[in-house]
Amino acid sequence: MSEPLLTESEPPGTIDETVVVHGTSAEPRWKKLPLIWQLRRSVGLQRGMLVAGLALCVFFILLAVFAPLIAPYSYNQLSGPDGNFPRQAPPSAEFLWGTTVGGYDVFSRVVWGARTALLVVVVAIVGSLFLGVLLGLVSGYLGGWLDRVLVTIADAIYAFPSLLLAIVLSIVISGGRASFLGGILAAGLSITVVFVPQYFRVVRAETVRLKAEPFVESARVIGTSTPRILGRHVLRNATRSLPLILTLNASEAILTLAGLGFLGFGINPTAGAEWGYDLNRAISDVASGIWWTGVFPGAAIVLLVLGVTLVGESLNDLSDPRLRIRRRVKGVLITSPPEPVTEGAPT
Amino acid sequence: MTIVDDRTVGTSAAVRSKGSGLGGYILTRFLLIIPTVFILVTLVFFLMRVVGDPITASVGGRLSAAQLAERLAEAGYDRPLHVQYFEYLGQIFSGDFGRTITDNRAISEILVTYGTATLELVIYALIVALVVGIPFGMLAARLRDRWPDAVLRVSAILFYATPVFFAGLLLKLVFSVWLGWFPLSGRATSSTQLTLSGISGSSGINMLDALRTGRMDLIGDVAAHAVLPALALGLLTAGVFLRLVRTNLIGTLGRDYVDAARSRGVSESRLVRKHAYRPALIPIITVMGMQIALLLGGAILTETTFEWRGLGFQLAQYLGARDFVAVQGIVAMLAVIVAVTNFIVDVVAALIDPRVRY
Repeated sequence: MSEPLLTESEPPGTIDETVVVHGTSAEPRWKKLPLIWQLRRSVGLQRGMLVAGLALCVFFILLAVFAPLIAPYSYNQLSGPDGNFPRQAPPSAEFLWGTTVGGYDVFSRVVWGARTALLVVVVAIVGSLFLGVLLGLVSGYLGGWLDRVLVTIADAIYAFPSLLLAIVLSIVISGGRASFLGGILAAGLSITVVFVPQYFRVVRAETVRLKAEPFVESARVIGTSTPRILGRHVLRNATRSLPLILTLNASEAILTLAGLGFLGFGINPTAGAEWGYDLNRAISDVASGIWWTGVFPGAAIVLLVLGVTLVGESLNDLSDPRLRIRRRVKGVLITSPPEPVTEGAPT
Repeated sequence: MTIVDDRTVGTSAAVRSKGSGLGGYILTRFLLIIPTVFILVTLVFFLMRVVGDPITASVGGRLSAAQLAERLAEAGYDRPLHVQYFEYLGQIFSGDFGRTITDNRAISEILVTYGTATLELVIYALIVALVVGIPFGMLAARLRDRWPDAVLRVSAILFYATPVFFAGLLLKLVFSVWLGWFPLSGRATSSTQLTLSGISGSSGINMLDALRTGRMDLIGDVAAHAVLPALALGLLTAGVFLRLVRTNLIGTLGRDYVDAARSRGVSESRLVRKHAYRPALIPIITVMGMQIALLLGGAILTETTFEWRGLGFQLAQYLGARDFVAVQGIVAMLAVIVAVTNFIVDVVAALIDPRVRY
């Protein structure tokens, strides 16, 4: 039984509000920043999930930033002072997680792989966010044939397996063989194209709704220019659900990158460490019972995706009043605790 | 799941204005397949041509400049792009997706030969996904925010977070290498496969053929080979279903009519069974259609992991051989399959839920 915790002590007035107006409370500004605001509102299981997710994300970011300090060898290092590294050597003091069939140190490649994964995520998100939001705003606001064409294209792309599209794009961008930066850009941009329709769809829907709002209409009446209406009035109100899609996409980006790498369309092993590629090579090791080449990079993918998804899930729950667990009011005696099911029902 | 919901609403809203009743809805929805396929095929065609012609990409290094030019002229790649494009479109509408460069086979023949294997895998995976996802999703919703819910939700996220090829690798390692319960890879042992392909009117779906022979050893062999790939691909989708069922059921359980029934003294289990399940399960049908795209993407990776000789395995082989005509052909064909599947799913959803079509 994970009952909501009663550890926080706050004045009763601010605790059980169903609608929180961001700008009106007297709390310091930093407490209203996206993640921090949600973290402070969460309780019990939802807080646990959010904290665990954030911890995993921070861990991998640190791993990526300090990869050269943490990893004992470089990602493409095949020999040390005592000559060549052994192949498929089991974990030992010298090679913490063993070596691969190609003679790479598994531990070092897992650590360096964090850097590759996070860079791809950043490229993919920045790219698709920019394009998707821009197209969604313009398409939704202007309407007409442009809107119809863009919606049809977005729907077509959206319904298609993203991995296939990413394969086609990575062939186009890098011919399937790439250096580190080229590979990151290729993977990132392939994923971008797959995700643009999602942002486009959400922002467009919001824009169409907002277009009819009185404040947009009055802005138009007083002669505000279209770019200014879009930037000041529509965009700021249309981005509510973006953080959630962002986390969902971040995890999908990591999985797509790994999928591309697994099919041999990622980054060359000499140019950068990539978990999917390592798993591809590990598949044939499994038959002879060699587990360390696959288990560690695979676990890295799972943990990173898990972290990002946990953050996304909790943000989703916290933004939905039906799913959010509310904090109990302190000092109020609840004689008959409500059923778990009805507890979150909209009031 | 908000994205998914958004899509369902979008599609039905787009169609609503034109359709009149079920027949009109189906017709409009059917006509919508054409632009979808057209856009994807066009996109893939021009993207692939940006890189250059597929012959140079595939065998360019091994031929002299004159030989290469000859091969290019033979295949028609020296003509203007728009001529090639319209010819390609014409071919696709007559069902001809081109021929592979590396082994000169018709793409449509590849579909016939390997499509059944992929279909078989996808069906197994869907069964696993439904059997695991729906009951556990219901359980999680009813025991909401208690420990079983927490465990189930975290496992659902874990299923989702695990790439199919890593799940496959772990399953192979544990159940095949360490425990020796299931075979390592393939669809059947070679003797079984020979027997099955040999029977008259072989469907290509191994399980069906094995059942027709009625021989337990064949059925057992086929089933044993299917368990691990089906689990790897099915659990991925099960996670999606679990989350969806849970969220939807919590939504319907919070509705007024459920409260009303509860206040009339309807028992909690009957409430869930009779009142809340049905409306909560309708979105599953729609999402199942969306999952076809995910399943096909996952099938490519699963088939590669388990050497399951289906479309995905074949696609990976052509990718490795840099045969981009084959890749383009298979991708275009999958676009058609996905579009048609989505159409069927939408029609089924409309038959079940009248709100979709009006």
